[in-house]
Amino acid sequence: MSIRERARSAGAQITQGRNTRSAPGRPVSADAGAVRTYRSWIAAGVLLLVLPHVPGLDSSFGRSMLSQMGIAAVFALSYNLLLGQTGLLSFGHAVYFGLGAYAAIHLMRAINGGLPLPMPLVPLAGAAGGLAVGLVFGAVTTRRAGVVFALISLGVGELVFAAMRMLQGFSGGEEGITANRGRGPHVFGLDFASQLQVYYLIAFWTLVAAALMHFFMRTPVGRMCNAVRDNPERAEFVGYSAQRVRFTAFAVAAAFAGLAGGLHAVNYEIVAAEAVGAARSGTVLLMVYIGGVSNFVGAILGAVTITWLQVSLSDYTAAWQLYLGIFFMAIVLFAPGGLAGLVLMHAPILRTAAFRGLLRAYGIALFPALLMLAGAVMLLEINYRLSTQPEAGTRITLLRVAMDAATPWPWLAAALMLVAGFLAFRRAWPGVAAAWQRATEQAAAGGVP
Amino acid sequence: MLELVTFSLLNGVVYGLLLFMLSSGLTLIWSMMGVLNFAHASMFMLGAYFSYQLGLAIGFWPALVIAPLLVGAVGAAVERFGLRHVHRQGHVGEILFTFGLAYLIAEVVIMVWGRNPIENRVPAAIDFPAFALFGTSYPFYKVLMMAISVGMFVFLWLAFKRTRIGLVIQAELTHPQMVSALGHDVPRVFVLVFAVGSALAAMAGVIGGFALLTEPNMAAALGPIVFVVVVVGGLGSIPGALVASMLIGIVQTFAVALDYSLLDLLRPLGVSMARSSPLYELCSIKVAQAAPILPYLLLVLMLILRPKGLMGTRET
Amino acid sequence: MTAAVPAPAALQLTDVHKSFGATKIIRGVSLAIPKGERHAIIGPNGAGKSTLFNLISGRFAPTRGSIRLNGEEIGGIPPYRISRRGLARSFQVTNIFPRLTVYENIRCSALWALGHGYNFWRSVDRLRDAGERADAILARIRMTARRDTPAGVLTYAEQRALEIGITIAGSAQVILLDEPTAGMSRSETQATVELIRTVSQDKTLVIVEHDMGVVFDLADRISVLVYGEIIATDAPDRVRGNAAVQAAYLGALADA
Repeated sequence: MSIRERARSAGAQITQGRNTRSAPGRPVSADAGAVRTYRSWIAAGVLLLVLPHVPGLDSSFGRSMLSQMGIAAVFALSYNLLLGQTGLLSFGHAVYFGLGAYAAIHLMRAINGGLPLPMPLVPLAGAAGGLAVGLVFGAVTTRRAGVVFALISLGVGELVFAAMRMLQGFSGGEEGITANRGRGPHVFGLDFASQLQVYYLIAFWTLVAAALMHFFMRTPVGRMCNAVRDNPERAEFVGYSAQRVRFTAFAVAAAFAGLAGGLHAVNYEIVAAEAVGAARSGTVLLMVYIGGVSNFVGAILGAVTITWLQVSLSDYTAAWQLYLGIFFMAIVLFAPGGLAGLVLMHAPILRTAAFRGLLRAYGIALFPALLMLAGAVMLLEINYRLSTQPEAGTRITLLRVAMDAATPWPWLAAALMLVAGFLAFRRAWPGVAAAWQRATEQAAAGGVP
Repeated sequence: MLELVTFSLLNGVVYGLLLFMLSSGLTLIWSMMGVLNFAHASMFMLGAYFSYQLGLAIGFWPALVIAPLLVGAVGAAVERFGLRHVHRQGHVGEILFTFGLAYLIAEVVIMVWGRNPIENRVPAAIDFPAFALFGTSYPFYKVLMMAISVGMFVFLWLAFKRTRIGLVIQAELTHPQMVSALGHDVPRVFVLVFAVGSALAAMAGVIGGFALLTEPNMAAALGPIVFVVVVVGGLGSIPGALVASMLIGIVQTFAVALDYSLLDLLRPLGVSMARSSPLYELCSIKVAQAAPILPYLLLVLMLILRPKGLMGTRET
Repeated sequence: MTAAVPAPAALQLTDVHKSFGATKIIRGVSLAIPKGERHAIIGPNGAGKSTLFNLISGRFAPTRGSIRLNGEEIGGIPPYRISRRGLARSFQVTNIFPRLTVYENIRCSALWALGHGYNFWRSVDRLRDAGERADAILARIRMTARRDTPAGVLTYAEQRALEIGITIAGSAQVILLDEPTAGMSRSETQATVELIRTVSQDKTLVIVEHDMGVVFDLADRISVLVYGEIIATDAPDRVRGNAAVQAAYLGALADA
């Protein structure tokens, strides 16, 4: 890359809000870029191949968690397409996930009954199911955008959920429908009895789905999705029907949500009414927002993080949903660009001399922050334990420290940590702000080599 | 038959008025601030829990007054310290904030009072029959509920029509930008509106907590229906909220009492259906079973056909 | 007042009325703009100039009357259909795609005109005509240096230039410009006028302007809109000398 191109790219990176980029490693010159983009995907593929063998993840539990992350990632990417790329806030996206899952599980039952179709193709039935329902509902609901659309999606979600609980024959109601992923024609000797095989199937479809969704955003209609998100009126004045663009995005998002549902059916071998429920719709919203709305990598990051929290954190504390809620609120209030936004925020200042100063400021603020957190967590945990497990008494063990909640000492200790931590943090924060100021100034002045 | 109709009507009216108490606050907040307050039903829940806790300490009647005031203070704090910082992110940010808040409040309730429903029994002070109809007695607390709801409507009507701040709020219900352009202190009015809206929801919760189960999930159970009421009634319209609440309250109560299905209706006409036929399941669903989806069906139809709602003055 | 036109006029308004509720904004406007003409619409504030543009471009539907584009009725048709028939407009209040880059803004505006429609199987980067058109227009509006900047962070003048760029990106033959030089300095205005002159070379241009210097520089004919009615349509010099126009403006034209 010539110096001029390098400088232009660096300059663009400084002035450009990188949240507008939808691709990791977006190229400057088409040639070098194509290679770089393919390189990212190849790297991703290799990573997916290697992950289940990494020590720590090479157990059945670890591989199961990875499988769940794959499913969540596809679901989250489809939601990102809807919300982040086209600006459609939906509170009922699980409808397409769940109905796709139902389509898939019924196909699996048919295969169990003798239909000569190999299991790896089942997720496609999920996609088809999601697409079909998406076309039907989308035709009617995408006539409006914004808050009205959000409410319609809420209503449709509740409608479908209630319907699933009523139509026991199709959905098995609350208990659900089961199938067997091992009973069918075994292609290449794959019987999907082990979680490792299931993981590879899911990883394959995840990679395919991610690549397709990424590509969709690069097509003309995909670009117009962004345009309609930014300014639907102007999009009309350049020749595009905003409703038609939204409908297209909606159908594509529904199809991929259905694909995720199909993967869900294969993974768990059971689909119940909760698959279309409001809780699931809410979770994918949380995932995408925490990861970083309208950011491709953000959606994946959010899916992985939340899945990990759901799977692992729940082992350590019963209050994990409370922490998730606080985490989400913190993002909404302080970091609306999500985790991806927080990371990308540092990109322009990474190479400045002041960056080291910023790291030092972070370090100084870290200890008070941790103290504050420890105090808060302690208070929350004690309370939680007392209210939800009153029969266990007042003796509690946190991180191997035993205490009796009936005495004032644990409360005092927690309150002290919280208050002291907060005050010290208040003192340290201006240092962080000042370091940021210095770094931004240096970056703007061209302190990038 | 007459007994069934009468009691269904009475209960439908009570339920409808409960919905009105909840939706009036939400209409206020939404029309004036443009915020779709997902945490509104959570304030209702807090009202129920606060009044239970206070009732244990100081008795029912003081709790009836103090609990809504406390929740109103919570609402004011939420707007002042939380929501205010999110306004600049636009409506999506505001919705997400209230969405997360609802989630958070439910978890905090679990943390303080546990996961199980609490013993929120009707206090002795109001636990006696009000009157008897067809031999069955009708409880006084339900009459109290009706009285409070009607009182709320009268209060809101008087406040809007007879006070200066009411005039400002009336204008803001239909023309929010114009009012702020005229120089009224919008942030302060926002805090007031959010506080009052939350207090109204809490008052509904104090009474509603007896009629419904007081548990951490009550907000999630009632929340969506309140949205339906506000949308069907129409944005910017308190009378619309009343009409929609009564409509949905009565229809749902009646539906639950009807043990007929589409098949039952067609059978006297000579139509029968084999059990194995795919439509059998659909047609044999009893109206009572389908009752939960009726409000949402109404919501979706209304939004598609007439987003302004029954008596609304504007669309968003 | 208007000469008979042999071929269908590029834009023909016949007795167009627009009321919002009880308020009449446009009270019977008739205008025929032949192909290739540069036509300016001037008038005091509140005369209804932007409303007229909104009616022509499809933002509002006329209450009464007919609007024809190349002989075809377009009154009440949604904006995207009118745009596809070859009419483009710019906005008085900048109306761009803030989160897209400058390049993307223009490329998206050219996609439909180049025939790419709802294509979802080809990457837009591989569509050479779209890329070339976007680069050409970028050069014309002199924004090549700001190619990869998100449109939302541009300066006001840059955004106004982008606004014009978006308007001309499609192959519209009839271009409506709504106060394109509003808020610009002398030099910026001159540059913009030159730009407008070159891009409207073989096209029909209708421009709303307050800057009389721009109007007299560019226009072949001028219409004067006062309280929703056109009180004069004529060549610039004759409009300048028209007594009714002078009365409406109270001497503003004399200073131009």
